[in-house]
Amino acid sequence: MSRTRTPVVAGWFAGEGEDFRLLGTRCAACSSVFFPREDHHCHNPACGGGELTQVPLSRRGRVWSYTDSRYRPPSPYVSDPELSWEPCALIAVELQAERLVVLGQAAPGVTVADLAVGMEVEVVPGVLHEDAETTWTTWHWRPTGVKA
Amino acid sequence: MTGEVAVLGAGMHPWGKWGRNFVEYGVAAARAALTDAGLDWRDIGSIIGADTVRGGYPGYVAGATFAKALGWQGARVTSVYAACASGAQAVDAARAQILSGLAEVVLVVGADAAPKGFFRPAGGDRPDDPDWLRFRVLGATNPVYFGLYACRRMAVHGDTPGDFAQVKVKNAAMGALNPKARYRRRVTAEEVAASAVVADPLRLLDICATSDGGAAVVLSSMEFARRHGHADPVRIRAVSTVTPRYPNTVLDLPDIATDSAVAVDPPAETFRTSIARAAYEEAGVGPEDLSLAEVYDLSTALELQWYEDLGLCGEGEGVKLLRDGATALGGRIPVNASGGLASFGEAVPAQAIAQVCELAWQLRGEAGDRQVEGARVGISANQGLFGHGSAVIAVR
Repeated sequence: MSRTRTPVVAGWFAGEGEDFRLLGTRCAACSSVFFPREDHHCHNPACGGGELTQVPLSRRGRVWSYTDSRYRPPSPYVSDPELSWEPCALIAVELQAERLVVLGQAAPGVTVADLAVGMEVEVVPGVLHEDAETTWTTWHWRPTGVKA
Repeated sequence: MTGEVAVLGAGMHPWGKWGRNFVEYGVAAARAALTDAGLDWRDIGSIIGADTVRGGYPGYVAGATFAKALGWQGARVTSVYAACASGAQAVDAARAQILSGLAEVVLVVGADAAPKGFFRPAGGDRPDDPDWLRFRVLGATNPVYFGLYACRRMAVHGDTPGDFAQVKVKNAAMGALNPKARYRRRVTAEEVAASAVVADPLRLLDICATSDGGAAVVLSSMEFARRHGHADPVRIRAVSTVTPRYPNTVLDLPDIATDSAVAVDPPAETFRTSIARAAYEEAGVGPEDLSLAEVYDLSTALELQWYEDLGLCGEGEGVKLLRDGATALGGRIPVNASGGLASFGEAVPAQAIAQVCELAWQLRGEAGDRQVEGARVGISANQGLFGHGSAVIAVR
């Protein structure tokens, strides 16, 4: 039985392979960008408020900081209690064009030893976890020097 | 100047992992504060509870919960929640009532009974709640954010894990002198280095525990204080409860991303810096006037960040200040003479009130073996999830 691929959050990312992108929104009045997407009100207090339209974010950015989870995170994070916990690296990435920092898990196999502040990384499609019917998809950050 | 309120009494239930209901800790702290103030509970015109989300409805309405437990006497009641800043918001609400004349004497209480292990969001699926999302999508516990800040400091300022460990060594040494602290044993840098990594580069002993505890203060108008024989009380001169300014470009708990600075340049000062500046401006003092500071050392690295955010030293100079011994007992500006969160562990709604208790005892010269000589001006600082600034300046 094949599982359905479902984003862990609807509307935050889309596309396959090289076309995979995080999706934010942009205010038509002041050009502020929002991720996670803001679909109702521009947060810029100096902006009268413009239409918010979906915009793909830059594919590549630079590591602002990074760390890892050496212990299993609690619910609502989903992990298989039957399996021993493997440390998961997390990377905060500065996107130059949008001038914001986005946190994400590192691609499988990437550890803190592979990372440095300022290093270039790119967003890639990833799998958060799977259950009987569904493959829950997410975004991962991966150093640009590394191929899957 | 806004006007001052008097701190007539301070009380705490010792921090620990006692496994009892939060109400018990809050009532013990309240009774201790009332005794310290020389007042009866029935003298109190207003009670303000700092809420805990872990007690169900009684926790969400902590003011009434504590009032009932102390015995209904008709006092005005308020309950406030601002995550880690709840206690400071409770103090701020009390001050506003006193300065506006709504109440003459107010009891402020916060208490928590913390779970074992990581803090986690309340149950149920809440995909609109950023705090739920960061756990669901990223498994980003609080220590993950502490790890990000620590790693960033290492890259930008050249701090090392050995520097971070020295913060723990300092705070544990002071906490060993505090009978209210949960951990009362000195710790060596070797012990920190031998503890397990939780969120690289931070180890277990770099990160504060979660604790049970309760803290309370009795605040009053200066006129009430004089009438009741408190000729020279500790006074609260400023309470900062500011929010960030757009765009907030430092990744903060529980956010998955920062604001974008593409349309508006970031403000000249960070959120945490603005918390302290607002307090200094209101109090009419500066960092050079401080005798001591109580800061929210959720992690060792975060304490170093507070040194800079409070203006105790320049940006990137936190480690130098620590290494020079300035922030230890006997130094120029002792930080966390109480032992800090390193020695207490966090009891969320009680913690910012506990910071004010420590300021009160220090300014009265009643801090025992951990007394800061000649303390005249103290600041407490903390930051609550979702953009809650918190700082209190007390003087004597």
